[in-house]
Amino acid sequence: MNEHSNKWIGQRTIRPDGADKVTGRAAFGADTTMPGMIWGKVLRSPHAHARIRSIDTSKAESLPGVKAVVTARDIVNFTTDKPFILGIQDMRWMCRNVMAREKVLFHGHPVAAVAAATEEIAAEACKMISVEYEVLPWVIEIEDAIKPDAPILHEFNKLDGKPSNITGKLEHKLGDIAAGFAQAEVIVERSFKTRPVHQGYIEPHACLVSVASDDKTTIWSSSQGQFMVRAMTALLTGLTQSDIRAIPAEIGGGFGGKTIVYLEPLATMLSKKSGRPVKMVMSREEVMRASGPTSGSSSTVKIGATKDGRIVAAHGIYYLQAGALPGSPIRGAAGCSFAPYDIPNVLSQGFDVVSNRSKVVAYRAPGAPIGAYAVECVMDELAVALKMDPLELRLKNAAKQGTKAAHGPVYPRIGFVETLEAARAHPHYKAPLGKHHGRGVASGFWFNAGGESSAQVNITEDGNVVVMTGHPDIGGSRAAIANIAAELIGIDYKSVSVLIGDTATIGYSNMTGGSRVLFASAMVVTQSAEKVITILRARAAKIWNIDPDAVTWEDGAARPAGDNAGKFAPLTLAEIAAKATETGGPIGAGVQLNTTGAEGGFATHICDVEVDVDLGIVRVLRYTAFQDVGKAVHPSYVEGQMQGGVAQGIGWALNEEYIYNRNGQVDNAGFLDYRMPVCSDLPMLDAVMIEIPNPKHPQGVRGVGEVPLVPVMAAIANAIHDALGIRFYSLPMSPPKVLEALDLPRAAE
Amino acid sequence: MAKLHVTTTINGDPVEFLCEPHHTMLDVLRGSLGLTGSKEGCGSGDCGACSVTLDGRLVCSCLMLAAEAEGHQIRTIEGMAEGEMLHPLQQKFLEMAALQCGICTPGMLVAAKALLEHNQEPTETEVRYWLAGNLCRCTGYDKIVRAVLETAAEMRGAAR
Repeated sequence: MNEHSNKWIGQRTIRPDGADKVTGRAAFGADTTMPGMIWGKVLRSPHAHARIRSIDTSKAESLPGVKAVVTARDIVNFTTDKPFILGIQDMRWMCRNVMAREKVLFHGHPVAAVAAATEEIAAEACKMISVEYEVLPWVIEIEDAIKPDAPILHEFNKLDGKPSNITGKLEHKLGDIAAGFAQAEVIVERSFKTRPVHQGYIEPHACLVSVASDDKTTIWSSSQGQFMVRAMTALLTGLTQSDIRAIPAEIGGGFGGKTIVYLEPLATMLSKKSGRPVKMVMSREEVMRASGPTSGSSSTVKIGATKDGRIVAAHGIYYLQAGALPGSPIRGAAGCSFAPYDIPNVLSQGFDVVSNRSKVVAYRAPGAPIGAYAVECVMDELAVALKMDPLELRLKNAAKQGTKAAHGPVYPRIGFVETLEAARAHPHYKAPLGKHHGRGVASGFWFNAGGESSAQVNITEDGNVVVMTGHPDIGGSRAAIANIAAELIGIDYKSVSVLIGDTATIGYSNMTGGSRVLFASAMVVTQSAEKVITILRARAAKIWNIDPDAVTWEDGAARPAGDNAGKFAPLTLAEIAAKATETGGPIGAGVQLNTTGAEGGFATHICDVEVDVDLGIVRVLRYTAFQDVGKAVHPSYVEGQMQGGVAQGIGWALNEEYIYNRNGQVDNAGFLDYRMPVCSDLPMLDAVMIEIPNPKHPQGVRGVGEVPLVPVMAAIANAIHDALGIRFYSLPMSPPKVLEALDLPRAAE
Repeated sequence: MAKLHVTTTINGDPVEFLCEPHHTMLDVLRGSLGLTGSKEGCGSGDCGACSVTLDGRLVCSCLMLAAEAEGHQIRTIEGMAEGEMLHPLQQKFLEMAALQCGICTPGMLVAAKALLEHNQEPTETEVRYWLAGNLCRCTGYDKIVRAVLETAAEMRGAAR
């Protein structure tokens, strides 16, 4: 496509779903009701770890108004000896996560669910279920979980023949690190800890499910993938996928946290048993106790360089909490952490550790921020040791086209160097700093993703365009799709309506996640639009009675390709649409693909902080994020992804953490004590988009959603060091921790 | 338990409803009144997604008992546009992409409108502190703050 001819791609158009969202009309997960609807509630474990001896639901069932009760007996059991993989999840763990089976594994783990005429009756009935527990010793933190005498969560999981809480390992290797470190003249090795943090979407999980007597099932729910909801619910309830119609509600934030089901299978079984539509909505407390945060971690990173600043070897060891069931994002930590650099000798190892916490689930570039926090802090120390500017050190070692990454690929054209150069040239990097102010930089990488997508592009009888895709729109993807369709077909973007289909109305589409949605949906929409244009040309050819090859499509109209084709006035989309019936029938085309060619995303951030040395409060004063965004199809929503990722990182760096009490329970299960950044905590967040088009995509799109979170924690840690001369090796760098660190050197004086 | 009968005004319209004594205003708005534009993000007054005004004052409807609406004026997101004419804040949020998922947007708009009714010329700091009770996890607030400041400037311009 000719870059300069773009009329809609790159424009800040108004999103197709915008009017509904600013007027309160948009229907999110909890906004749908049905005649005859009843309410479901979950009974949750009061213990962090216990064997379930028995469950007696008889009293609850006899309470007037109660219509159904379900326990693990109503959920399909995937036995622990046979893996059953669905996407990145294993149904052995999913079936045990939605409902405790042999044991409860964390405080808040579902044990039973009740549907009743009102929410109050359902809650009352939950209290009447009697569960006999054998309370077991429990373990929360990684270092305790990997001790030889630690309480074991899953006796069937063995490491070196012995039961263990280490449930997975992953290793990326390049060259020979022993030989590499032998060449090194400067080596920095440090250990780091991070706490689990929640995605923090403002909309709690919610669904409404109606199962008819013939098993025909409709699910309205808020998720990052209606097809995931259908597949998981089918597997966990025994229904067939063709019986389930999963309708995506508008989603009130996900950030990875809505890539698995919690309530849908329970509501489905409650509806099946009661014969009534069942609505379930989590409270914020339930979200915090029982839905997935991302992992806490314990990492050690060692990097060696020659005196001229060339990195010769790097070793990373990342232990990540999986929560109660296996599956932490070790791939993101081990795979992304060294990915920005061209290092000849790399060993990057990830370990998956279970403990009695809620099961982790994806959170924006899962695992990558954890790895980058450690690596980018060590890079900062290395720069100091080498007396080099931190951006120069990164530039000297930056990955570029042809670099072989430890996690596998040889990079095609990438834009990492450009992010570093843009940062170095930006006025922010040279701006003066005041007292107790500091500046830090850090970089980051995310894989990005392709995968399955489907689209249908239809021309309406009055000559407008309806585009349907299968990915929930979490942050403006419909607007970008409208821009692309308008560009290709050559019409005003307002003539394009973009809809998200349900599992019955659009072909299979993988989840909104991995920074894949615009990459993948632009591909299927482009191919569908091209097919539609071919049809439109053929229809014009038929009307003119000439060869279709003699017709071109330009600016929304069919035109004779040249004088030889004959002299005809252009036929607009509306004119061709009006004659669709007599020229061959309805005009539309669909494409379904497993998309490939999603190339990685790179970012470099500059952060200025001010430390209040009396209160220990760190305030971000200025923040500039530089990112290779491929092609910004809708720049406002690309900037929005960058700004949102940075804000989440600021929360992760400075405030957010799960606090467990001595009974293995989360003590801060609400927004008051789990402190996410509010408006007055933040400055404006400057997003600098650098467009190095992805050569493998028709519009040059790279994923943009996830990499903005990756560098943030290290950028802030490095800025605090610049301000105070103190390094923090654990997150969050919250006021008590900062004050404690400030007191240490004073005490020594 | 006997239900309470409440007579109130919502978005300028006379409204009567029955509620339990423990029901919040948000329960009734979203439940029997079908005004689901106000969202429940926390139920504890920490996220502001349920923001409405009570006699012009910004409140979290999850912290207000429904029975307290008796004789008062409630305004919700559903009453912000006039017919098909969006409020300047609504229009500016769209133009400046001041929303991503949109779940906080109704509360954010109700809060921002209340600010501009109190203060026609807010500084960035005043906007940030006024909106500090409305959590947004998607945007980092940048475009929201800019949209509110720009709307305020335009409304001042239009008033002159």
